[in-house]
Amino acid sequence: MAEALPADATWSLKRRVGLGVLALLLLGGLVAAVAAFAYGKTAARESYDRLLLGAANDIAEAISIHEGQPVVDLPVAAFQLLALAPDDRIWYTVRGPMGHVLTGEDGALPNDLAPGKPSFFDGRMNGAPARFVSLPRRFAERAFSGTIRVTVGQTLRARRAMALGLTRDALVAAALGGVLLLVLALVVVARALRPLAQVAEGLAARDPHDLTPMQTAVPAEAAVMVGAMNRFMGRLDRQVGTMRNLISDTAHQLRTPVAALRVQAELAAEEPDAARRAQMLSRLQRRTRSLGELLDQMLSRALVIHRTDAARRVVVDLRDVALDVIEGRDHELVAPGREVVLEIGEDPVEIMGDALSLSEAAKNLLGNALRHGAGAVRIGAGFEGGRAVLWVEDSGPGPAPEVLARIGERFEKNAASTGESAGLGLSIARQVAEAYGGSLVLRPVPRGFRAALVLPGAGA
Amino acid sequence: MRGRRLSWPRGGGRLLATLLGDWGWALRRGALSLCLGLSLLPALAQAQTREQAQTQRQPGPIEARQRYGPKGVPAMVLRSTTDIKVLGPTIDDFVARNPGVAVDFQQWGSNDLYAATARDCDAGRPAADAVLSSAVQQMVELVNRACAQPYRSSLTASLPAARRWRDEIWGVTLEPAVIIYNTHLVPAADVPRTRFALLDLMRRSDRRYDGKIATYDIEASGLGYLFAFEDSLEASTFGSLIEGFSRAHAVATCCSAEIIKGVSDGTYKIAYNVLGSYVNARRDPGVGVVLPLDYTLVLSRGYMIPRGAGHAAWAERLVDFLLSPAGQQDLSRAGLVMVSRTDEGTPPESVLRPIAITPVLLVALDAQKRAQFIRRWRDVFGR
Repeated sequence: MAEALPADATWSLKRRVGLGVLALLLLGGLVAAVAAFAYGKTAARESYDRLLLGAANDIAEAISIHEGQPVVDLPVAAFQLLALAPDDRIWYTVRGPMGHVLTGEDGALPNDLAPGKPSFFDGRMNGAPARFVSLPRRFAERAFSGTIRVTVGQTLRARRAMALGLTRDALVAAALGGVLLLVLALVVVARALRPLAQVAEGLAARDPHDLTPMQTAVPAEAAVMVGAMNRFMGRLDRQVGTMRNLISDTAHQLRTPVAALRVQAELAAEEPDAARRAQMLSRLQRRTRSLGELLDQMLSRALVIHRTDAARRVVVDLRDVALDVIEGRDHELVAPGREVVLEIGEDPVEIMGDALSLSEAAKNLLGNALRHGAGAVRIGAGFEGGRAVLWVEDSGPGPAPEVLARIGERFEKNAASTGESAGLGLSIARQVAEAYGGSLVLRPVPRGFRAALVLPGAGA
Repeated sequence: MRGRRLSWPRGGGRLLATLLGDWGWALRRGALSLCLGLSLLPALAQAQTREQAQTQRQPGPIEARQRYGPKGVPAMVLRSTTDIKVLGPTIDDFVARNPGVAVDFQQWGSNDLYAATARDCDAGRPAADAVLSSAVQQMVELVNRACAQPYRSSLTASLPAARRWRDEIWGVTLEPAVIIYNTHLVPAADVPRTRFALLDLMRRSDRRYDGKIATYDIEASGLGYLFAFEDSLEASTFGSLIEGFSRAHAVATCCSAEIIKGVSDGTYKIAYNVLGSYVNARRDPGVGVVLPLDYTLVLSRGYMIPRGAGHAAWAERLVDFLLSPAGQQDLSRAGLVMVSRTDEGTPPESVLRPIAITPVLLVALDAQKRAQFIRRWRDVFGR
C-alpha cells in the first residue's frame, strides 16, 4: 500500500468520507447551535419570567389597606428574588386605581394590559432592553375598592448569559459527539475499505504471468471491480493463448511446406533437364501460392479471434457484409471467371458484431465454395426462423459426410501438407459465429450445399 | 422611569454638618501640628512640589475642596462624602504615584451629592469623574438608573460579589458598625459582646442603663437608617431590640460625633451601631469598641464613575489604586478599612456581615417602606 500512487489518483475514499462526514457534522452543528440558542432563549425567558412574576406577587401580597389607603410594605424578598439575576437593573412601580403612583417609579405603562391576570411585555429601561410583568390585585373592602397594579421590570443581562450558557453547553456536548462520530466514521470506513486493500495487495503480490481469476469473496461493491478485472484477465489470457496457438500452428504448419519448398527448389536448381525444371518450377510456384494463402488465413484467423474478443460490437447489417465481400472481388483471384450471385432482400439484417470479422468469415466461406464447390455460387443474407443468417451456397453435393464430421476444427493436419485450407476457413467462420452467440451450419439444400452463419438478431 | 426625587435622608444635611464640625475639631489639632511641623521645617515645606493649601470652606453644596497634583493641568473631579482630611493622604499618595494626574477633591453632603449626580445624569453632562459615598443605597439607585459607566480590571473583578454590582459600583472601604461604651462607667462584666447581651442589659431591673443608651436617630441620620434597615434584614432580634430601646428609654440622636462624644464624656454609657471608622479616628481611651459577636455590619463606601465622565481613565486608575494593596493600606491608615485589631479582640470572619451592594438596597429607598419604617421607629421612641 505504501508504494507511490499514480500521479492522477483522486482523493482517497477515506478522505472523501471523512470530509463528507465533517461537512455533515458542521452543518448539523450549525443547525444545533441555532436550535440550542432558540431553546436557551426560551428557557431563560421562562425561568426569569417566573422570577419576575414571583417578585411582583411578593409585592402585591405586601399591599394592605390601612385607614382606607393602600400601603405597600415593599418586601425585601421580592428584591432578593430579582437579585438572583445579579447584574440586572430593576424597575418597579405600584399604581393605584386611577393610575397614580403609590410607590416606585413613575413613567408610562402600556395600555393593553390584561385586566385580570399578569401580563408580560418587553420594553426599555434607561436605554437597555428589559422585560416587565404587570400584575393586578383587586381589593374589595369597605374602606377601599379598586385594582392596584404592580409592575416589575428587569434588564436582560442574566437571560442572555443563561441563553448563551445553555447554547454553549449544548454545543460543547454536540462538538464532543461530533468528534466521536467523526472518529467512529473513520474507523468504520477504514474497516469497510479493508477488502479493497486486500485486493490491491493480492494484485501487487501476483506473479506477472498469473492470469487466473482472483478470489471473488469480497463485498458486492468490490466484487464488481474484481469481476471486471477477472473478465479482463480472462480476455488477456485468451489472447495470449491465441498468440501461443498462432505461433505454434504457424511453426508447425510452415516447417513442413517450407522444408519441402527448399528441397524442391534445390532439386530444381540441380535439374539439368529444362522441361523437368520448368515443371518443377511450376509446381514450386503453386506450392508457394498455396503457402501464401495458408499464411493469409492463419493471420486472418488470429485477427478474427483477437477482434471478436477485443473489438467493440456495433450494429452490423449482414447485407452490407455480403455486399462488401462481392465488391471486394477477392473471389476473382481464387476463381477467375466464375459467377457469384448476391441474393439479398429489402429489409436490413442487423446483428451486434464486428463487420471486419464477419467479412473475413464470409470471405472464407465464399472461398471454400468457389474452391471446393461446383456450379453457380450464391451469397446472401436474411432472417430465417427469427435468426439472422449470412450464407454461401454452391450447386454441388458438398463434402463427404466423414469430412463434414471433422470439419471446422482448428485446422486439419493435411490442410497444409496438401496446400488446401478449407478446414482453416471453416474454423474461422465457426469461431466468428460462436463469438457472436451463433453457430456455423453446414448442410445440403435443394439447390446444392449451404454454409451459413446463423446469428441472433440485433434486437434479440 | 426618571425623575424620582426622594428627600432622603431629611436630616442628612444637618448630620453631615455636625459630623464635619466634629471632624473639624479633630483636624484643627492635626492642622495645628502640621503648621508647627511646617514652620520648623521650612526647607522641607519648600521642597514639596504639591500644593498643601488649607482646605477651603465653599459656599453651596460643596462643603470643602482641595486640589491635588501638578498645577496647570486639568484635574479629575472626585466628589465624596468622606472628609478631605481623612481621605486626603490617600489621594495625595495616588497623585504621587501617577505623575501628571491632578485631582480636584470636593467634599459633599450625601443628599446633595446624590441629587447633583442624578441631575447630571439626566442632563447627560457629568460634572464629576468619580463619586464616592457612604450612602451606598443612593449609589445603587444611581447605578440602577444607568448613571454609571462600567469598568473591569483584575482588581475590581477580585472584589467579593457583595462589594460590586454590574462592574459599575465598587465598595472600596470596610467600616464596621460597632457598639461603643464608656470604659469608666461600664464594668467589664457588663460590656455587651452581642446584641443579646445588649438586650439583657436593657431589660435589667436595676435600670442602670436607663436613658444611658444611645443610637442613631434614623430619621436624621441616613447612615443610621441604613444600619437599622440592614439590622431588620439580618436578624429577628431587631424587633426585640427596638422594643428594648423603648423599655430602656434609649436616646435616638443624630450624628456619629455627638454620640461618640456623649459616650466619651459619660452622657451615654453605651451606644449602638456607631460607624467604627469614626470611633477609631478619635483614638479616645475612654471609649471602648465592641464588634458584636452575633454579627457585625460592615459598610463599604460605594465608588462609581458617572456615565460619560471626562476623565474616566483617571477615575478608573483611582479605583484600581484604592483597591490595590498600597491604596488599601492608605485607607486603613485613615481608618476606612477595618484592620483585624480592636480594643476587644478580633471577631471571627464569619460574624462580619457586609452591607451587600445589590439592588436589594433599593428597598431602603422606597418611599412607603421608609415611611413605614420610620413610623414603627417613632412608635418605639414615643415621638
